[in-house]
Amino acid sequence: MADLSINLAGIKSPNPFWLASAPPTNTGYQVQRAFEAGWGGAVWKTLGEPIINVSSRFAAVHFNGQRVAGFNNIELITDRPLEVNLKEIYETKKRFPNHAIIASLMVEPTQEKWHEIVKRVEAIGVDGLELNFGCPHGMAERGMGAASGQQPDLVQAQTTWVKEVATTPVIVKLTPNITDITVVARSAVQGGADAISMINTINSLAGVDIHSWNTLPNVGGQGAHGGYCGPAVKPIALSMVAECARDLGVGVPISGIGGISTWQDVVEFMLMGATGIQVCTAVMHHGFRIVEEMIDGLNNYLDDKGLASVTELIGKSVSRYSNWGDLDLNYKVVARINEENCINCNKCHIACEDASHQCIDMLTNADGKAILQVREEDCVGCNLCSIVCPAEGAIDMIPLENGAAPLTWNERQKVISSLNGSYSEAEVV
Amino acid sequence: MDHTSPLTTFTPDMFMRNFAEAEPGLTRKGAIEESNRCLYCYDAPCIKACPTSINIPSFIKRIATDNMKGSAQTIMDSNPVGASCARVCPTEELCEGACVLNDASAPIQIGLLQRYATDWAINSGVQLFTAGVSNGKKVAIIGGGPAGLSAARELAREGFGVVIYEAKSLAGGLDTHGIVSFRLPQSISLWEVEQVEKLGVEIRTGVKVGIDITVEELKANYDAIVLAAGMGYVPPIGIEGEKLAGVYDAIELVESTKTGIPTLELMGQRVAVIGAGNTAIDAATCSVRLGAANVKMVYRRTREEMTAYDFEYEFAKQDGVEFSWLTLPKRIVGDELGNVTGLECVQMKLTGETGKDGRLVPMPVEGSEFIMPLEAVVVAIGQKRRTDLIDALGLKHNWGIVDIDEATYRTSDPQIYAAGDIVFGSGKGEAMVVSAAQQGKEAAYAIVKQYLGQQDSVVGSAV
Ligand SMILES: Cc1cc2nc3c(=O)[nH]c(=O)nc-3n(C[C@H](O)[C@H](O)[C@H](O)COP(=O)(O)OP(=O)(O)OC[C@H]3O[C@@H](n4cnc5c(N)ncnc54)[C@H](O)[C@@H]3O)c2cc1C
Ligand SMILES: Cc1cc2nc3c(=O)[nH]c(=O)nc-3n(C[C@H](O)[C@H](O)[C@H](O)COP(=O)(O)O)c2cc1C
Ligand code: SF4
Repeated sequence: MADLSINLAGIKSPNPFWLASAPPTNTGYQVQRAFEAGWGGAVWKTLGEPIINVSSRFAAVHFNGQRVAGFNNIELITDRPLEVNLKEIYETKKRFPNHAIIASLMVEPTQEKWHEIVKRVEAIGVDGLELNFGCPHGMAERGMGAASGQQPDLVQAQTTWVKEVATTPVIVKLTPNITDITVVARSAVQGGADAISMINTINSLAGVDIHSWNTLPNVGGQGAHGGYCGPAVKPIALSMVAECARDLGVGVPISGIGGISTWQDVVEFMLMGATGIQVCTAVMHHGFRIVEEMIDGLNNYLDDKGLASVTELIGKSVSRYSNWGDLDLNYKVVARINEENCINCNKCHIACEDASHQCIDMLTNADGKAILQVREEDCVGCNLCSIVCPAEGAIDMIPLENGAAPLTWNERQKVISSLNGSYSEAEVV
Repeated sequence: MDHTSPLTTFTPDMFMRNFAEAEPGLTRKGAIEESNRCLYCYDAPCIKACPTSINIPSFIKRIATDNMKGSAQTIMDSNPVGASCARVCPTEELCEGACVLNDASAPIQIGLLQRYATDWAINSGVQLFTAGVSNGKKVAIIGGGPAGLSAARELAREGFGVVIYEAKSLAGGLDTHGIVSFRLPQSISLWEVEQVEKLGVEIRTGVKVGIDITVEELKANYDAIVLAAGMGYVPPIGIEGEKLAGVYDAIELVESTKTGIPTLELMGQRVAVIGAGNTAIDAATCSVRLGAANVKMVYRRTREEMTAYDFEYEFAKQDGVEFSWLTLPKRIVGDELGNVTGLECVQMKLTGETGKDGRLVPMPVEGSEFIMPLEAVVVAIGQKRRTDLIDALGLKHNWGIVDIDEATYRTSDPQIYAAGDIVFGSGKGEAMVVSAAQQGKEAAYAIVKQYLGQQDSVVGSAV
């Protein structure tokens, strides 16, 4: 059995599974139940000036009969008094000294407010702080959350204020509601952040009820934009983690968040550079117990791969993630259909015919059986057919040896410009 | 139906075809779709409906997330014969019957998913569990069927030295010898036996307790004994002609097909099966698959009263088995050579009165006797009790049903525990592998508690 423990910027945790700051970490009762179930750490529901929440608050996107493909909320930070939260944090830490408890914080962007809350929270004993610069609704209108998280200078300034007094590691939680997340990530680091976490929720409207014409969710017939999370946001979160992981100007540990619901998701985030991960929606959907299957799956995976520690995964795929301009233009794959596994649904044919390069033929073989065949000379290797194919092992994407040496766009441009100084195209990054 | 004389002989090819597992397992795609359909209920009713309390939503989630080892471990942890149970449990009456999706859409195919996961374990050859550190205590187990194996595995995980005494040359009990191969191939049961042996449990096959080794020896050499000897073959029905050639014991009939082509010939014959439980159905479908020209089940009551499960009944009908309801066998008729030629029966009718067991009482219709012409009769009217062995052990019993303390499975002798069919009372429906497995576990836990003084200790780790 592999060692699952991690150390994220000095915060030690028995495993990489943390609860994200959200309803599951609202109270001591919940966090203690979570630790009993196997979670290694918890980022407490964001502390600050208590707010007033609306009712209702959540909506979800269901996809083809599967519930909660995506989740949307218009909830704010904690609505409980700071003293109550601090007392429960203290009690929880006492009962679970080896688990990680991180206090999530959000206050008005002034040095004084930040100093005050950091001191109060650290006084009761936490393992770290997470600065919530991400909440996209409600708090943003008050100049907090995403509003400050979208301004690199404010991120840097607030992080600096926190670091002036903080004695525990500081994680800055980033908003995805921004064009280039590495810009704010670098600002956080310049402000002294020990780690960054991402993503908070993405601006969203879950839906509109086509019968009542109300938004989902709505508060007495009136809606407002909310934050999106759950399985649907995973690719967005993963790309943001990857961008930060490969940015030399960032260079601090990453806590990955966004759409994680299985052990496989955890492995992906860690391979892409996360040191640990956080989960919210999957717990809201299934309860704390899902961590049991996640831990077991991760354990068996690490054993299968012969890895002694989960930390051996961290960042292993980062170097394989680069710029479009660095991809080999001479690399070629083509689709190949394995007749024995094909179930003749013809989905690949129509996808290629109508939406790609018209190179999958519907034929009849010598025995009179309908078959599908790829004209490899016309196939551009786009993957579409293998994506729509529902049958296990029916389409393989086969790399072709074409003898050509690797050549990237950027290399090509360099060659061209060296041949002809007057001709140049920008590098593609 | 006219009697058709045997045109062909029963060939190895037919045997291979007819006795191969009938129900196909799930494909990978099928398993992924089905596992993702599970709601992952909290406090799930399926768990409560499983006698061994397998954490069903959890093993299904592990299939859905491609953690096959974890899935198999979850199953086998609760049920040491989980691979057999995946095939022979009456799931409609148990887990699948309790699934909340029964009314909402269709229940999750728990049995097939369980088979998918345990098949993975069988094919991968992984070891799922390890033995506990030796605690110096020794336990003898009489009988290597589901109950005995189950007790042995749990005791071994707790560090007990365990020896199973098994009368037959292969362990596994009725899973190995008594349940038809087209529902449960013998290799599955033998894999489960092997898993138990891998924990250091010694299985002494071909040793019959009471004959090859005395009860006194066992009592002197072991701290505790688990009696898990099951039941015996079919008892006599007490009608004339039972000794004729062509009269078979249903369990022996099935057993003869478990290890290879049986010597017994039913090709082209007309067969009557007496009884209407699951054993009778198995004997009937077995006869069809051995090439019988016509197989009739003869039962003195109706479809309503028979104890066989619905899915068994459907299976038999699909195999072409016919049913003679309200028919009471009175005498097996033979020729001068001592071969069966017919079965004399009398027609019955339901009186409308309800008997002590709550079922309608059947009565013979006067003058309705008739002779069913046939060449073979298979008797499937229950199983004999192992009264001799129980008496030799000096245990209190009730007509061969060992008296036990319901909570601990302890017998009247504090050194001896009993589990499985040997404690299965009559009038309790059909005996099940899964219940035998659970009882074996519970007897083991009671022994742990008695000898180690600990209660819910964590049993030997999963690997
Ligand atoms: C034909 C048939 C079909 C069945 N089908 C199903 C089904 O589909 N589903 C289901 O759940 N259940 C089914 N059952 C019931 C199920 O097989 C039993 O409930 C289960 O096997 C009981 O397990 P056990 O360990 O108590 O006994 P057994 O499986 O009977 O095992 C007892 C073992 O003890 C050994 N033994 C006996 N005496 C001695 C001795 N003196 N010394 C040493 N060893 C001894 C025997 O050889 C045997 O191996 C069926 C039963 C029969 C007969
Ligand atoms: C109802 C709800 C409330 C949330 N509240 C907070 C919060 O108070 N502070 C915070 O930093 N993030 C909050 N989040 C965001 C989550 O911590 C997390 O970043 C996001 O949900 C993505 O993870 P997921 O896909 O696992 O849900 C909230 C999310 C939800 C759904
Ligand atoms: S099998 Fe049915 S009852 Fe059991 S967890 Fe799945 S959906 Fe729930």
